[in-house]
Amino acid sequence: MSTTVDEMSRRTGAMSSAELAGERESRATVGDVTVANPRMVCRGVDVWYGAKQAIKGVSLDIGKNEVVSMIGPSGCGKSTFLRCLNRMNDTIDGCRVTGSIQLDGRDIYDKGLDPVPLRAQVGMVFQKPNPFPKSIYENVAYGPRIHGLTNNKAELDELVSASLQKAGLWNEVKDRLDQPGTGLSGGQQQRLCIARTIAVSPEVILMDEPCSALDPIATAIIEELIDELRANYSIAIVTHSMQQAARVSQRTAYFHLGDLIEVGETNQIFTNPKHRLTEDYITGRFG
Amino acid sequence: MNNARAAGAPPQRTIDIVNASLKRRYAKERRFRLLGASAVVLGLLFVALLFADIVGKGYTAFQQTYIQMPITFDASVIDPEGTRSPETLQRANYAALIRQGQREIFPDVKDRRATRTLASMISVGSASHLRDMVIADPDLIGTTREVWLLADDDIDMLVKGHIDRSAPESDRRVKDQTVGWVERLESEGRIEKRFNTIFFTHGTSREPELAGIAGALMGSFYTLALTLLFSFPIGVGAALYLEEFAPKNRWTDLIEVNINNLAAVPSIVFGLLGLAVFIGIFGVPRSTPLVAALVLSLMTLPTIIIASRAALKSVPPSIREAALGVGASPLQTQLHHVLPLAMPGMLTGTIIGMAQALGETAPLLMIGMIAFIVDIPSGFTSPSTVLPVQIFLWADSPERAFVERTSAAIMVLLAFLILMNLTAVLLRRRFERRW
Repeated sequence: MSTTVDEMSRRTGAMSSAELAGERESRATVGDVTVANPRMVCRGVDVWYGAKQAIKGVSLDIGKNEVVSMIGPSGCGKSTFLRCLNRMNDTIDGCRVTGSIQLDGRDIYDKGLDPVPLRAQVGMVFQKPNPFPKSIYENVAYGPRIHGLTNNKAELDELVSASLQKAGLWNEVKDRLDQPGTGLSGGQQQRLCIARTIAVSPEVILMDEPCSALDPIATAIIEELIDELRANYSIAIVTHSMQQAARVSQRTAYFHLGDLIEVGETNQIFTNPKHRLTEDYITGRFG
Repeated sequence: MNNARAAGAPPQRTIDIVNASLKRRYAKERRFRLLGASAVVLGLLFVALLFADIVGKGYTAFQQTYIQMPITFDASVIDPEGTRSPETLQRANYAALIRQGQREIFPDVKDRRATRTLASMISVGSASHLRDMVIADPDLIGTTREVWLLADDDIDMLVKGHIDRSAPESDRRVKDQTVGWVERLESEGRIEKRFNTIFFTHGTSREPELAGIAGALMGSFYTLALTLLFSFPIGVGAALYLEEFAPKNRWTDLIEVNINNLAAVPSIVFGLLGLAVFIGIFGVPRSTPLVAALVLSLMTLPTIIIASRAALKSVPPSIREAALGVGASPLQTQLHHVLPLAMPGMLTGTIIGMAQALGETAPLLMIGMIAFIVDIPSGFTSPSTVLPVQIFLWADSPERAFVERTSAAIMVLLAFLILMNLTAVLLRRRFERRW
């Protein structure tokens, strides 16, 4: 029975497994989407790609100094939602976002708001490590340089080394800063991308499956790094690995076919999910 | 597999089936490789034939026949009043000096007609050569020197063996009498073949021995420089806008289709357009590098735009995301990251477009580049011609000596084309990056 539902939902995509199973259960979000001290506040966010709706009325807060993980089966809209948070979706033709997303009380989709400084405040680490084909130093120095964060070379050097240290890469690359960033291993490249992101001191860091292209050792290093970064940043991470979500995050949001099904403390989601779809997913029955 | 078993067929292992077909598959592969290799060999063969033909016809043009004459710089002919004024030296009858020298070598030639034939052995440019010598050094007046003078093109052809001495006299441009004189001069060591500097330093001329490609080369240089200046920034800018900034809608689709169409338009149409618009409406002076460059820019723009767009497309989107993700503006993203990565492809496209422009003839005929221009152009607005048009003009000339000059000019043009294409390949190698 469950296999049939699984296959059907994958094939049809648009219809929920619950409907196919004949159960008309609620797709409203279960759990408390708010936090006491939010950095980003999203309310009723809808995203369309052309005529297709990818995100349906998602509300979610991202608190200060917390890691929020977003999990869900492929195509559930978690990456799409993440990319709304720093307006990366602007670059996609035919993508339309409605609803309200606020960063520190300001609507980031406000007409007068420039996405360029926004992206300096909300940094992003991508699924595939994408260092610039330039030197390691240049990779990290690029953001501060275009934003004019430093006044002279010494300050910039300082910032580069501090960022690399925070990303846990300094000891491995300090003797070869002038070598191309693309020459590093996959895990090192991803940490370089993290260093590049934190070099501009963002308030929020978005991570879109940052470890999916890495081996377990590199993954462990990055997960440790995420935990350390929590002291200074708000982090939203999309992941396919439920173990990773359980390890790094304080709160977890489960997405399914564009709906935010359930939000809660990570512990509670993984031990005592309230919604049947969440339970099916985390117990491995589908997804 | 299940079905086969169910049908009761003898179980056949996959490896047996594969092995059975393997021989056939490899034979197919060998045939394909052979076909490919023979296509390449055929292509190379024709290129080799072309080169052999051109070089075989043209290499003699790099040499030029000179005749040594004893020239007495007779003061009574050059400067009878002894003023040594530049004007007098300029106007003096230097041809008389050459005739005088010829009389010295051939004292037995008295007949008026024979004298004229004898005089025609020396190029008409030699008199001015003597004049230049005297003006440069007036002390030559009164002395006698052995001077190497440029031979006429017919004599040049005879010495180089392009005129068959055994053919009946009536079929020959050079008659028996002249052949006799030439043979006498040869035996006296008064005939010499030297490297043809005139070919590289002179503009064109009605006299083949005085014709060079310097004018056409300079014309081509000015034209190409301007073409590059016009078409590269416009082409790259257009590609960048269309590929990265323009919204994807019906209008940009229309523009794209039109650009692709323009790349296939016969070049002569661009010449007609240039004639009507640049010369007719804007009054750009005709047969100048400026108007040629405008026309050639129109012609090469589609090539550059298409190549540049392809180069931009090949830059992975992850680079753009990375730059946007740290807060670079769209323009910064393009200028700092995308453009440097796309540049080798853009340069390759541009150089190929430039090579096309260098070899283009048809549109330039429309805008007056076919005019007979002797002077070497001194700027972007002085009348000039270009290499391919020069080749076209020489190929049309009846003199035998122009045949080898045509081939030699083709060799020079080919050398430049090969050089440009080689640069394109090297650039691509040099800047090729992995990400």
